[in-house]
Amino acid sequence: MVTTGEIEKTAYTSINWDKIRDDFPILKREVNGKPLVYLDNAASSQKPQEVIDAIDHYYAYYNANVHRGVHTLSQEGTNAFEASRNTVKDFINAGKIEEVIFTKGTTGSINLLAYSWGRKFIQAGDEILISAMEHHSNIVPWQILCEEKKAALKVIPINEKGELIWEEFIKLLTDKTKLLSVVHISNALGTINPVEEMIAEAHKKKVVVHIDGAQAAPHVKIDVQKLDCDFYSFSGHKMCAPTGIGILYGKEKWLNEMPPFEGGGEMIKTVSFTKTTYNELPFKFEAGTPNIEGSIVLADAIRYLNKIGLENIARRENELLEKATQALSQIEGIRFIGTAEKKSSVISFLVGNIHPYDMGMILDKMGIAVRTGNHCTQPLMDIFGVPGTVRASFSFYNNENDIERLVEGVKKAVKMLG
Amino acid sequence: MSTIAEIENEIVEDFELFDDWEGKYDYLIGLGKDLPLIDEKYKTDEYLVRGCQSRVWLHASHEGNRIFYTADSDAIITKGLVALMVKVLNGQKAENIAKAELGFIDKIGLKEHLSPNRSNGLASMIKQMKLYAIAMGKE
Repeated sequence: MVTTGEIEKTAYTSINWDKIRDDFPILKREVNGKPLVYLDNAASSQKPQEVIDAIDHYYAYYNANVHRGVHTLSQEGTNAFEASRNTVKDFINAGKIEEVIFTKGTTGSINLLAYSWGRKFIQAGDEILISAMEHHSNIVPWQILCEEKKAALKVIPINEKGELIWEEFIKLLTDKTKLLSVVHISNALGTINPVEEMIAEAHKKKVVVHIDGAQAAPHVKIDVQKLDCDFYSFSGHKMCAPTGIGILYGKEKWLNEMPPFEGGGEMIKTVSFTKTTYNELPFKFEAGTPNIEGSIVLADAIRYLNKIGLENIARRENELLEKATQALSQIEGIRFIGTAEKKSSVISFLVGNIHPYDMGMILDKMGIAVRTGNHCTQPLMDIFGVPGTVRASFSFYNNENDIERLVEGVKKAVKMLG
Repeated sequence: MSTIAEIENEIVEDFELFDDWEGKYDYLIGLGKDLPLIDEKYKTDEYLVRGCQSRVWLHASHEGNRIFYTADSDAIITKGLVALMVKVLNGQKAENIAKAELGFIDKIGLKEHLSPNRSNGLASMIKQMKLYAIAMGKE
């Protein structure tokens, strides 16, 4: 196995990005008679052939339930399942394998946290601090919890560029604050938040911190020990792995103190009708037959990303972001929603008073896939006073031709709709 | 006046003039622009047909058992679709609206707009138009 250390050394200039693009079979298909331009990577990434083959291999070769059977298939499946957990541990530089919990995805991770940690540690009158740019997944579970516990949800405001206002954040960290749950990279704006500094500030006041890393994990190198966050969530499907698999990282001391979230098989040690004892970490939080395929193949996706190198990926995506922003800026009447100094490869925009839905429909007719709408961030759209935006999000397998096609497409849509 | 089926056929013939998506969408956008505006007092939440991305306001009135609609949308393509629906159903008898199958949407190649993922509220709008007809037809 290639370790992260070795692969990061791959020189950026030696990478053939055209060849990498060829790894993704879906990018060869046509949509509405035109070669597909896929710019909805912030919603879900495409999968390289290696990952698709790994799914096939799992079902064709060693499919069986894990952690149960003494037979060979179950043993092999269990080994691969646990080896994947170890790969994830290295990927985010967690201290221990017990700190890596398999979930359904970021939403699943946050719900686990809100139900288990939240119900034990949040009391009436406490405050939970989130930001104005959260995805609904990092708002609603906390709202449900606050309602139940008579706690309050507080929101860090943003400036016109779509950056968190630091002074307001500091003011909102009070003696009542018990949890800070904030997004690492905004899915709607692309803003990269200064989470390391925020975590340090929060910890000064003994505030527990969860980071929503759904957009960050595929694009920047995550080091949970360096960040020193208490919890970190992310999804597999946004980083070249299948859907339905995600991770909740948690510091062992917290995970040990937390009650189980779901009850069932796998999460128990002993069961009788009078008393059940729970399994150890990480199994305490993994009730029922897990997403074995997804869990195993997540490691293949990580190996694929590691081969290219997360630093190289970040650099390539930044290059595409700059080129695309530059090219789109030439369009008359365009305005960008989210212009943070530190931004990932997400471009949210509107042209004149054209409705994002209309723009999305015309672009689709030209084979260009973008996301339109509120991006599951309705409160954020309200702040900017827009019904939604058109969002083009780039991945390392996009190229300059995709940017050209997008600009052409937007120009044509403006001509038709303006 | 023409029946629902006759108006549907006219629309299908109109759309047959276009051999590509551009012509079709240009026409649809034009229909949207020409749609008579709904009275501003009906552009409230009460008359809103909820779609996820584009909003549609729909108002219905009746003369006897004939139903009349006015509508608007904040998205122009959706507004074009709305205009088509109004064109087909406006002034028709309530019982005919309620049972209309509206096969023309498929025939003119716009069936994709009925998929739940399109979120333009067209499917909800058709349902709402029929509900108005059913309710007002009983009055």
